[in-house]
Amino acid sequence: MNFRHAKTILLGALALSFIGLFFGSQISSYPLFVSYNIGISIIMAVSLNLINGYTGQFSLGHAGFMAVGAYTSAVITNHFGELNLFTANAVFAIALLAGGLAAALTGLLVGIPTLRLRGDYLAIVTLGFGEIIRVILQNMDAVGGARGLSVNHAWTNLFWTFGLAAVTIYVIASLVNSTYGRGFIAVRDDEIAAEAMGINTTKYKVTAFIIGAFFAGIAGRLYAHSTLYLTPNGFGFMLSITFVVMVILGGMGNTVGVIIAAILLTLLNEGLRAMADIEHLPGFTVERPLSWLQDAHMIIYSLLLIVLMLTRPQGLFTLRKRNN
Amino acid sequence: MTEFLQQLINGLALGSILALIALGYTMVYGILRFINFAHGDVFMLGAFAGFYLAPKITRVLPLPSVAGGIAVLAVSMAICAALGVVIERFAYRPLRKQPKLTMLITAIGVSLFLENAGQFVFGAAPKRFPEILPSFPIATLGGLSFNSNQIVVIAVTGLLLIALRFIVLKTRMGRAMRAVSFNPEAAALMGVNTDVVISFTFALGSALAAAAGVLFAINYPSIDPLMGILPGLKAFVAAVLGGIGNLPGAALGGIIIGVTETLVSGYISSTYRDAIAFGILILILLVKPSGLLGKKEIEKV
Amino acid sequence: MKIRHPHIYLAVLAVWPLLTGCNKSAPESSADSSTIKVGEFASLTGSEATFGQSSHKGTQLAMDDLNAAGGVLGKKIDLIYEDNQSQAGQSATVVRKLISSDGVVAVLGEVASSRSLEAAPICQQSGIPMISPASTNPKVTQVGDYIFRVCFIDPFQGTVMANFVRKTLKLNSVAVLSDVKSDYSLGLAKFFKQGFTGADGKIIAEENYSGGDKDFSAQLTAIKAANPDGIFVPGYYTEVGLIVLQAKQLGINCPIFGGDGWESSSLVPIGGAALEGDYFSTHYSPQDTSPAVQNFVKEFTAKYGETPDAMAALGYDSAMLLADAIKRAGATDGAKVRDALAATRNFPGVTGNITMDANRDASKPAVILTITNGAFKYVETIAP
Repeated sequence: MNFRHAKTILLGALALSFIGLFFGSQISSYPLFVSYNIGISIIMAVSLNLINGYTGQFSLGHAGFMAVGAYTSAVITNHFGELNLFTANAVFAIALLAGGLAAALTGLLVGIPTLRLRGDYLAIVTLGFGEIIRVILQNMDAVGGARGLSVNHAWTNLFWTFGLAAVTIYVIASLVNSTYGRGFIAVRDDEIAAEAMGINTTKYKVTAFIIGAFFAGIAGRLYAHSTLYLTPNGFGFMLSITFVVMVILGGMGNTVGVIIAAILLTLLNEGLRAMADIEHLPGFTVERPLSWLQDAHMIIYSLLLIVLMLTRPQGLFTLRKRNN
Repeated sequence: MTEFLQQLINGLALGSILALIALGYTMVYGILRFINFAHGDVFMLGAFAGFYLAPKITRVLPLPSVAGGIAVLAVSMAICAALGVVIERFAYRPLRKQPKLTMLITAIGVSLFLENAGQFVFGAAPKRFPEILPSFPIATLGGLSFNSNQIVVIAVTGLLLIALRFIVLKTRMGRAMRAVSFNPEAAALMGVNTDVVISFTFALGSALAAAAGVLFAINYPSIDPLMGILPGLKAFVAAVLGGIGNLPGAALGGIIIGVTETLVSGYISSTYRDAIAFGILILILLVKPSGLLGKKEIEKV
Repeated sequence: MKIRHPHIYLAVLAVWPLLTGCNKSAPESSADSSTIKVGEFASLTGSEATFGQSSHKGTQLAMDDLNAAGGVLGKKIDLIYEDNQSQAGQSATVVRKLISSDGVVAVLGEVASSRSLEAAPICQQSGIPMISPASTNPKVTQVGDYIFRVCFIDPFQGTVMANFVRKTLKLNSVAVLSDVKSDYSLGLAKFFKQGFTGADGKIIAEENYSGGDKDFSAQLTAIKAANPDGIFVPGYYTEVGLIVLQAKQLGINCPIFGGDGWESSSLVPIGGAALEGDYFSTHYSPQDTSPAVQNFVKEFTAKYGETPDAMAALGYDSAMLLADAIKRAGATDGAKVRDALAATRNFPGVTGNITMDANRDASKPAVILTITNGAFKYVETIAP
């Protein structure tokens, strides 16, 4: 990737997203909410891609990091009442960092025990960590536990969503394309060879987790301040799987593909909902004849996974075939 | 003391079911070095098979009855054995030459598919599993009370374990299974049809999971399409605990987890019950990754 | 990785905010259309499908009745309903859709308090009145003055059961087994404990389980060792059935009681004979002989082929109350409907006379049911 262009793109994106600041948060707008979800999905998928795709550590607990970021930032912003635009955004930025750092810390805690694990074990252990995080949150009365946590400020808007998505993409893409970043890919391709070449695989694996978790935390904070209500159950295994599907669909280690997959799958969800809502179709006497489509979206995801692995394991949007 | 014994029996019944599921995991891993994520869902399908079978069986045999119960169990096991073979043939076999990650992802896909299709087809609300075995409470002196169903679970598990041991140690197919798990290439060179052996292994594992499902449903008569997730994960931990690839280890692991979970839940705190299995997993992987009865595997470059 | 054509990304990034941000156009306002649009969100599928389907059927019946009688303010009501699949996060999306894309004047929903809490801030900030048929967690109406409910709240329900157990059943020491994953269960348990200890009762054991669990033998064995006079299980019918079954198997013969989460036609099939003699509090009983209830039961059974449960009755009441409020307000404007709702006094609902108190909760009696011969039987009504 041409680095000169990359910086321009980033600055351009940030400038454009600044326009989003003036649209405010329009809390009830459905298309806006969907846009936020797209942005959040992009950040989650790209950050997961760093761990799963580039470093080859198959993590199934990404939603846990998102939860940590979401709860941390919500607890912080809930402390404040009504604020003017400037202060609000300043506080939001602090909450952002706090959420990201808390998530990153969690990433560290997860990354270290999983160092010696491979493939299947790693997947299950990360799944376990995701569940442990959920159980801990459920039992933490300070954040509401199972009762959930209401978020008082709907501060997510296009500027933050959009801008942060751009930043995430830029950081992670630049990272893996740098000389340092080659190390991640080396770890994925052949860990033993990498060690033999003097690469500190431990450092890379843990770094991948920390950075991936940091951005997941940021996505969590965006989620918290748009959905406005957090429950531990909302951050379970199923949510992690959704992002895993995006990464696999896009092609593990293919940032552009993953972004496209994230957008497509989020839109697919809403598309299925819209179809399910169709009141009348010619030829059917029942109201809402396609309502079953909405329930089918997880079935579609799972079939996608199977079919993809059987036919095109490198993902839909990767142009090169992966060498075995 | 009574309470402790009571909890012990509770844990044993639960552990037996976990053991049956764990055996399937460990057998498949021994042969293919691959964790079949969808195994827990075969457990669920066994329970549902029994659910839909029961009304049909009443045409031939009365329910609840011993004969009827056995019939439901046997047919459910057969159905799931066939299902296991089909899944292996179409979802896993084509990927045998691919990196392990691809098979893992496919297994996750199959698991999700079974769960969500189950919700779609059966409905997500729990269903009442019919009584297929005559059950009666057994109250002993000293205040211990349990149900005959729990004894049935423990007894049937024991019988199945003995049968499995017989198959693996004393039959030709069993010998072939052991050969393939030791060294697939050498076994193939010696004339063993690896494809058949692998299919058989899946069939066997799935049958055991189905048995676990029916036994579970007899004891806890509320079934739903997501019931296999947690038992599946716990059984996986059990297999790892015992040493993955090691059959007696899997059984041992299942019992240990069942009893530990019950005792911790009853005496310390029931709140963190779900996290216990994961805690054990992390502990074992950090301390002795080869499990209690397993051997250390050296990864060759 | 080469990013080819970076200009494409710039273009895409440029278009995106403009596309969505510019969608500020207000949805087709209901004022000039010939129908009144009312939104409903419920758990029509997923693990709590029976609750959502029940309340939806009640709401739908109400809408049909209203439209058959000529509608409200001369216009027919168009019920636009969405499914949240019993999942967290979905209610937030569908309610936004109902408000901004479909242009509803009010929202009906939900049964589960956690999902109501997801939707309430959106309705509140958009000035759209929301009526929950059956959420009992007090926090729901605390979100703001546009949020109402037609049922009682957990502090009341917990106290009702506590008093019933202490004074009518005359039990001294009770164990509590709650669902740690459910805000409803924990909340109800808390209020029961307060009420029970306040009436000089003793809570001698407290255990937890997770919604979705099937095996409760460990917790029940521990409870048995404490030898309580009764067990309070404020959970959902899905687990309660199994809990009661396993309790009997373990030789626990004391009465077991709970709250409106027990109310479901699936409870008895799962729990069977073990449920005999147990009690729970709920919102209404189809055996109530008043003509309003009997009419409703007859209509519902004729249309759906099943007896309506409390969720269905509350769904019906929430819809009827909304229509009544619109009539009284004389308009579909959010603020006017809200005021009319807040001023509700003695509205004759199927589930009892509904009066909105200062917190926009319905002040109404609770009903205690018991299970006899495999069926729910009415025991008594307890007024607030």
